[in-house]
Amino acid sequence: MIKLRVNDLDIEVEEGLTVLQACEKAGAEIPRFCYHEKLSIAGNCRMCLVEMEKSAKPIASCAMPAADGMVIKTNTEKVEKARKGVMEFLLANHPLDCPVCDQGGECDLQDQSMFYGIDKSRFKENKRYVPEKYMGPLIKTQMTRCIHCTRCIRFATEVAGVPELGAIGRGEDMQITTYLEKSMKSELSANVIDLCPVGALTSKPYVFEARPWELKKTETIDVMDAVGSNIRVDTYGWEVKRVLPRINEDINEEWISNKTRYACDGLKNQRLDTPYFKENNKLKEVSWSRAYEILKDKIKNTVSEKIAGITGDLTNMETMYSVKEFFDKILKSKYLDSRSEDIFLNLSDRENYLFNSSINGIEESDLIILIGTNPRFEATMLNARIRKSYLNNKTKIYSFGNAGDLTYDYEIIDNTTTELNNIFEKKGDLYQVLKNSKSPLIIFGESFMKLKSAYYIFEKCKSFFKEHENNYTNDWKPINILSKNASSVGSYDLRIIYTEDGYSTVLKKINNNEFDIIFLFGQDNINFKKNNEFVVYIGSHGDNGADMADLILPSPAYTEQDGHFVNLEGKIQKAYKASYPTGSSKEEWEIINNISEILVNKTLFKDKDYLLDSMKNYLKLNASAKYNFHPNLNLVKENIFIDDIDYYYSNVVARASKTMRECRDAMIETKKTGTEG
Amino acid sequence: MLKDEDRIFKNLYNDRSSDINSAILRGDWTKTKEIFSKGKEWIINEIKTSELRGRGGAGFPTGLKWSFAPKEVGSRPHYLVINADESEPGTCKDRDILRFEPQKLIEGCLIASYAVNAHVCYVYIRGEYFNEGQRLQKAIDEAYEKNLIGKNAAGTGWDFDIHIHYGAGAYICGEETALLESLEGKKGQPRLKPPFPALVGLYGCPTIINNVETIAVVPTILRKGGKWFASLGKPKNTGTKIFCISGNVNKPCNVEEEMGVPLKELIEKHAGGVIGGWDNLKAVIPGGSSMPLLPKDICETVTMDFDSLINNKSGLGTAGVVVINKDQDIIKCMARIARFYKHESCGQCTPCREGSGWMWRMLERMAKGEASKEEVEMLMDVTKQIEGHTICAFGEGSSWPVQGLIRHFKKEIMERNNFKPIINKDRKIPYLVDQHLLDK
Repeated sequence: MIKLRVNDLDIEVEEGLTVLQACEKAGAEIPRFCYHEKLSIAGNCRMCLVEMEKSAKPIASCAMPAADGMVIKTNTEKVEKARKGVMEFLLANHPLDCPVCDQGGECDLQDQSMFYGIDKSRFKENKRYVPEKYMGPLIKTQMTRCIHCTRCIRFATEVAGVPELGAIGRGEDMQITTYLEKSMKSELSANVIDLCPVGALTSKPYVFEARPWELKKTETIDVMDAVGSNIRVDTYGWEVKRVLPRINEDINEEWISNKTRYACDGLKNQRLDTPYFKENNKLKEVSWSRAYEILKDKIKNTVSEKIAGITGDLTNMETMYSVKEFFDKILKSKYLDSRSEDIFLNLSDRENYLFNSSINGIEESDLIILIGTNPRFEATMLNARIRKSYLNNKTKIYSFGNAGDLTYDYEIIDNTTTELNNIFEKKGDLYQVLKNSKSPLIIFGESFMKLKSAYYIFEKCKSFFKEHENNYTNDWKPINILSKNASSVGSYDLRIIYTEDGYSTVLKKINNNEFDIIFLFGQDNINFKKNNEFVVYIGSHGDNGADMADLILPSPAYTEQDGHFVNLEGKIQKAYKASYPTGSSKEEWEIINNISEILVNKTLFKDKDYLLDSMKNYLKLNASAKYNFHPNLNLVKENIFIDDIDYYYSNVVARASKTMRECRDAMIETKKTGTEG
Repeated sequence: MLKDEDRIFKNLYNDRSSDINSAILRGDWTKTKEIFSKGKEWIINEIKTSELRGRGGAGFPTGLKWSFAPKEVGSRPHYLVINADESEPGTCKDRDILRFEPQKLIEGCLIASYAVNAHVCYVYIRGEYFNEGQRLQKAIDEAYEKNLIGKNAAGTGWDFDIHIHYGAGAYICGEETALLESLEGKKGQPRLKPPFPALVGLYGCPTIINNVETIAVVPTILRKGGKWFASLGKPKNTGTKIFCISGNVNKPCNVEEEMGVPLKELIEKHAGGVIGGWDNLKAVIPGGSSMPLLPKDICETVTMDFDSLINNKSGLGTAGVVVINKDQDIIKCMARIARFYKHESCGQCTPCREGSGWMWRMLERMAKGEASKEEVEMLMDVTKQIEGHTICAFGEGSSWPVQGLIRHFKKEIMERNNFKPIINKDRKIPYLVDQHLLDK
């Protein structure tokens, strides 16, 4: 601990803090522009000047390490004058076009000029103009407003791992640019908009849409991937205007991916607002009562073994639980699954499908082995953590098969199952590395889970680490599964799975056209040749699912209802309703209630609270339920292929989003004009 | 006046040859082994006794600087970096050392490297000194040939290599940490201090950075003894110094003189006097363009050393004496200097980036007489807002010349600038109207 004195207040702080942090602890707020907790220190805005005893000049508190016996003053006339001087310089060439600036109302420069600005300008020269820069479809630039804090540059090089932003020129001609005016090739690029303390980098899709004070802010959870980033949804009336990150140090820190941030305009397009029924190959609007009648007739005339259901990738737990109850109690069919791809699952232990070492744990690891996964596209925020670990601990990273550019260096290993098995047979170089590691981390992706030997290798891996348990601290769990979808882990917890060998029996049967009625609950990623099945689609967007459906029942999207999600670490989080569903759409549990009322004259749930209690009860009771299946017990020699992911088109909301399409185009464009060919 | 035997740079005008054999004849590379045998401590102490102060501008005691280097080499190697990025307007002393006395520099590098435990030395030469760099490279090659540097340099058992690196013409790369950044291949922008380069410098390793002249005088000091060097000049401002005299003088020149030589003597005796006679003198910039100028009355008596110039609110800097006579427009001169600093500001930190351009524009207007009287005070205010608030000393460098001008020639500026904002004359024009849109 270090003792120092801030404004006549003696405080003790831990070592390694800067003077700025120490001052904050003492309750003295320090203005700053360039300083950011998560980025390296630049010390270039000079706004955080404080007075230090024995120093003739004021010091930049953000860059000065706190030391024992320092005497800091933050409220003297000298400090005030220094800060006012810096503020005057910052404003000298700043356009002061706040009325037409999107940052207005949430601008650091605006806020701080209230304290340190002068009421009129002494700067009589012409102001500097800086040409606009192209930074891709997400970032709108107005570089005249730039105050050269370099936060964006530091973010791009450090966190995002794409050193595509930089400063050219010097002195007052310095400009922030992407050098060749290309779109930033990062899924995290839009975070620079939040980082920019002024309106130089603003959000292109949100341009001139709303003022921050007009928006209703709802703190909720993201569903674009299984990470469960914490977000804030800003709505104007019913319309979702923008999505911003919320700080959660355990999950997404301060960042969110571009998909999380910008897929929200997909909530306005392709929406299903009323029930549809397909007659003579043409979809026609029908009323809810007519739709229920049609469904009733169909179900009455079908045996329960011929009814199947698949839940979707964005489906919340409440919906999934009500669907499960519906299938168990009303339809009496066991053919309900949540998997749209034929991946192996062993639900006998929760650790078999979770990211056990937790996202924070990544930062402590010294060895990461990726097996059949591309974390950059499957879980962007998690990939940012791997990069952080790579930068801070020089973590060694290996990948079975080439996963492409992951923003960090990794060694590619032959992508065969035998090679992988060798490690756990204690053979090869990688075994030696693994043996010596104090905190290794194995990440199995869903592409691996599709393999025939998934069970064999996974169990091998488990017993291997059981053997080496003593190498690690007690609670270190090296085996991790990286789920792709927001609903995955929740659905496994709810046991929405039907299997004989660990793989999806329902999918197999669907592909063999063994069912007569298929329910798709927000499931749009499934592909099968339709024969004579009656497909019921219950979801929010007109996409693949609705395309093949005979009956469409509209339901709200993820921002339009309260619901729980379990992220890939097994953390349960609640998403809140931020806006209203379109048209006459009803929440899924209501639809199910209505259908069961029509079928058996009894509703399943009294209300949503009852549903929630019953679901929680189920989760509690079912935690230790037995799970029987007959897996393949042999090693098969196969290749581990990492599935290509159409990152910007991975779910219905993203596919309906204009912004995501622009991002996808920009990504393809940069691929085309690259020098790789 | 400096006696000939006390002169360190005997070939400053290249009237003898600059090749290695002539240099050895002049006394270079003698007793090098003997100096080494006395040990690092002795070398550093001898430099401390000599009270040698850095010749690059800041005047930091060299012996003290060397003693900051870790005594033992840890996991990281030590480096010696020579700052030959001599870009200060009015200064050209290093250039002549590189051209005519390169062996003094190379020998100094070897000794200094030994003192600070470095085996590698980088010489960062400004890109414009391409020919000088070539001369130095030739001298290095000659030294390698004679085994004076390289493995077991000069028979001392110390392995030592010198590499030359050319800058790309940025003034800011003369700032020691910006120089390191540039040497590492990055954009030349000063680093935040602490940590200081002596502990975390080039590639994160302990690094000692010295000016060319500082290092070049080291071998002679060690040969003749620190006491000899301390006996020259004034207390705390010891030894000899190369003065570069330029501007409105009859005979611009570089001259090695004792510290504390009167400025008048320097100009009258060595530079052939001010053009138009001493009475035609307007002002002198005593230490390169970043130092505040001195008006004629101070120039009469002031002596050229660190402390006496600081007492006169100026500084010795690099000892680049720029003489300005009455034929020149002093405001315009300073506007030109301000433009230089505006152009060379690296743009990293706010006060210098925004302030240097502002000062220049105001001075340009003042030179034309288009400023108002209040703006003179405001200009002073702006310089005070830059000074001391920046990452590196460039902030001071850009604001001091302007401060010097206002301090000594305020009356002249006031006389020339009578501009009154139109709103003051005509009360009917609303306050918020843009001044430049109105007819004057």
